[in-house]
Amino acid sequence: MSQTRQRLIVEDIGDIAVVNFVDKKILDEQNIQMIGDDLFRLVDELGRRKILLNFANVQYMSSAALGKLIRLHQRLHSIGGKLVLCGISKDLYDVFVITKLDKMLTIVKDDKIGLNSF
Amino acid sequence: MSERHVSAAVTITSDLGDARRVQDEIEEALQSNGYGERDIFSIRLALEEALVNAIKHGNQMDPNKKVTIDYVVNPELFQIRIEDEGPGFDPNDVPDPTDPENLDRPCGRGVFLIRNFMTSVEYHGRGNILIMSKVRNGTLEESE
Repeated sequence: MSQTRQRLIVEDIGDIAVVNFVDKKILDEQNIQMIGDDLFRLVDELGRRKILLNFANVQYMSSAALGKLIRLHQRLHSIGGKLVLCGISKDLYDVFVITKLDKMLTIVKDDKIGLNSF
Repeated sequence: MSERHVSAAVTITSDLGDARRVQDEIEEALQSNGYGERDIFSIRLALEEALVNAIKHGNQMDPNKKVTIDYVVNPELFQIRIEDEGPGFDPNDVPDPTDPENLDRPCGRGVFLIRNFMTSVEYHGRGNILIMSKVRNGTLEESE
């Protein structure tokens, strides 16, 4: 058993890695760095190419976390993979709309639709 | 829940943990003054970005430098002044992160988010003093 605190819950559904966040607030820089590392490990070490991030549990997210999502999207895009985001609350969705990242990232309502978005 | 005006002055070191504790205190004050979830979301987001900017980009995480925070919370308005000891910056020089050419840049959205989520945002001094406020819009729709 790992001694480090679990930040992500990853479930494989077919060839899609469905990722749920444990934390309600993705703000802390160090935490964001570790979440980013875990997500990149899914791609670079575990060879996942389809990733569905479920934000149903997430209340707050900072611009530093947005940066990680952009990098993950770019990484997956460059190797023919795809990143899909789902379960984003109304308030959090506004952040994506204001920054126009809703145009760049694939965002769907829930995980059911997300699983059919690859 | 009784409304109460809160006015506080806090000086912290360049420590993100201390900054988060101040945010928690402010969130508590907002709740006790009847701010709705949407307002609290906006203020919390702007605070996070502003304090990270002050500590990381302003004070360069230097533990010998301080961040001075003064804030007021009342049932109508939240206002905060955040001053760091860094070199400052020109907020007009920050590129628009929504320009197509900047859209895929992973950094540079903090100031933009602050401007969008707060009612008024002003930079003073050499750009090391931020004064921002938010007029309460929301109601107690989510409570009780």
